[in-house]
Amino acid sequence: MSTETNYKVPTMADMAAAGEEPEILFWVGCAGSFDDRYKRVTIAFVRILNHVGIKFAVLGTEESCTGDPARRAGNEFLFQMQAVSNIQVLNGYNVKKIVTACPHCFNTLKNEYPDLGGTYEVVHHSQFLQGLINEGRITVKDGQSFKGRKITFHDSCYLGRANKVYEAPRDVLAALDADLVEMKRVKANGLCCGAGGGQYFKEPEPGKKDVNVERTEEALATGADTIAVACPFCMTMMSDGVKNKNREDSVRVYDVAELIAQKQGL
Amino acid sequence: MEIIQQILFVGALIATAWYITKRIQHISRAIRLGRPENRTDHADERLKTMLLVAFGQKKMFTNPLVGLMHFVIYAGFLIVNIEVLEIVLDGVLGTHRLFAPFIAPVYPFLIGVFEILAVGVLTVCVVFLCRRFVAKVSRFQPERHREMTRWPRTDAAIILIAEILLMIAFLTWNASDSVLRDRGVGHYAALQGIVPDFLISQYLKPLFSNFSDTALVGYERVAWWFHILGIMAFAVYVTYSKHLHIALGFPNVYFSDLKPKGEIQNMPEITKEVQLSLGLPVTTGTDGAQTDDNGQQPAEVGRFGAKDVQDLKWINLMNAYSCTECGRCTAACPANITGKKLSPRKIMMDTRDRLEEIQQGWKANGYNYKDDKSLLNDYITAEELNACTTCQACVNACPININPLDIILQLRRYRVMEESQAPASWNAMFSNIENNMAPWKFSPSDRFNWADQVNEVK
Repeated sequence: MSTETNYKVPTMADMAAAGEEPEILFWVGCAGSFDDRYKRVTIAFVRILNHVGIKFAVLGTEESCTGDPARRAGNEFLFQMQAVSNIQVLNGYNVKKIVTACPHCFNTLKNEYPDLGGTYEVVHHSQFLQGLINEGRITVKDGQSFKGRKITFHDSCYLGRANKVYEAPRDVLAALDADLVEMKRVKANGLCCGAGGGQYFKEPEPGKKDVNVERTEEALATGADTIAVACPFCMTMMSDGVKNKNREDSVRVYDVAELIAQKQGL
Repeated sequence: MEIIQQILFVGALIATAWYITKRIQHISRAIRLGRPENRTDHADERLKTMLLVAFGQKKMFTNPLVGLMHFVIYAGFLIVNIEVLEIVLDGVLGTHRLFAPFIAPVYPFLIGVFEILAVGVLTVCVVFLCRRFVAKVSRFQPERHREMTRWPRTDAAIILIAEILLMIAFLTWNASDSVLRDRGVGHYAALQGIVPDFLISQYLKPLFSNFSDTALVGYERVAWWFHILGIMAFAVYVTYSKHLHIALGFPNVYFSDLKPKGEIQNMPEITKEVQLSLGLPVTTGTDGAQTDDNGQQPAEVGRFGAKDVQDLKWINLMNAYSCTECGRCTAACPANITGKKLSPRKIMMDTRDRLEEIQQGWKANGYNYKDDKSLLNDYITAEELNACTTCQACVNACPININPLDIILQLRRYRVMEESQAPASWNAMFSNIENNMAPWKFSPSDRFNWADQVNEVK
């Protein structure tokens, strides 16, 4: 569909070599770099940034895990090793503003790095997209129409409860002109997808049910054909939940940036 | 006869005050077992939070009907205590309705307000008993929540029934007193023409119409004594009970966490080690990098994380004594909802139980006594800790800002850093982060490969 083939992904090293400073650093995160599904979100967001003409850069191979899962699992040493090295890199490039598509990176960079000497303006990609929409820099054209489609948004714990970002992703979805339907437990009362706190990296403890199945059932009960997420781990958990319920033919899971890219025809 | 009652009353009053003082010392000693932490910063914000969340009960109104019912009991508790002042003075001085002659025009109005509240409290307590034992609201049920068996269940019933009995005593005391006044019996005649019938209790007067004067005086005295001794006994009981939230709820909210819920507290004692191992200059406490959130210098390194209650912060322990076991945290917990063993309410109850156990040990064996138990393992198991998704739903749900997650994380830190007891797949994740800069086993040199696909047609 896309006819443009000149999207660029400059690195901080390129920028520094050219004596330039980007407007924002796009922190891709491990899932955005390695997870096949979430790489598509990274690409969608990069295409939007190119399209709108934002001067951005990424760290490329200089980026490293923020340490979020290690800290939450209890390994404070490993977290701080990661954090302190990342802060050296970020401060070395004189980074001021960071945008990330991962709520876990967002929370850690925003709230936990300052104690270790790394203070930046950190924005989640849903907030950044909201800003672009409000400024009229994202305009709707020749893309897919969402008219009449039902979308439900799953709040990520580390975006929502952790940082009280509830409206930005919903505002972004509102720009699609689709029918936004809410689940029973939303915003401050939103139910976790089951991935946080290191759960993503191990089998769940014995119980009656998996958390992602519980949450997916709630999402399916809205009758939505699209479950919108804003977090790589929610993406996997909700996609697995939809598969578990044998609904992958009729219900899709997308990140908010992917939906905007679709709408823009990028 | 009157003087004997006065002596008994003053004796009961002193005994209650003495006992409660002992209990306050006991609880305060338990809370001070915790590690220091400065929670006196941002006084304005703390005060505002306390006014909204504790006095205004903001979070109770998440469910407006339940919020309203709880507010009735709360308002009743605060306002009916004004009447207790008169009752206490009557008891000490041997007077009867001491204030009535002095504030005669407003006296019946005040008692009327107290009576309305008393009926409100009584009604809500009956509804709450029904919710717990008849309608069987899930978060209270022992079949569903193993921490709600035995004592916690009995405790809840005792509190509600005690409040019902106290309110009945108050209302029927007013009614029997009114009848005695009508009949002009003894000193009761003195208030004839000064104090009229009261708003609610006037309708209870027929209950006493067949009583002889002697029986009526007997009932009036018994109701009066039952009411006031009941309040004293209840005040003592509260210090042993989950109901302690009526007092500790306020400081607990004042000192609660002001940080974003997602922020996990830094461990400055580890920063130093990390900086040394990376060959970086060790930052001092002056630039903010080496201090924790409260600007405190790192404490002497004891153990990393928490194994027992002494390793937790004092606020965690105050949280434990403030918890009224309502279970909103557990009802919101994704792990608990899906049948895992973790229950945030149990984390708080275990912490308080362990604190009590330690103090019992001291009582029996002196202050140097140490048993061989700990909060971790003897009370809270690895299976519970490992099930937490750190989603903060429990923290969000608590009407008085208790933070069970903070305790869970400190216990996890001990297990991982002191005991190397992480689940095997977590150890794999740790080693991936350490060696591959990502929680998965990908080569760090492939990290930027996604950019090759950015121009591929999707």
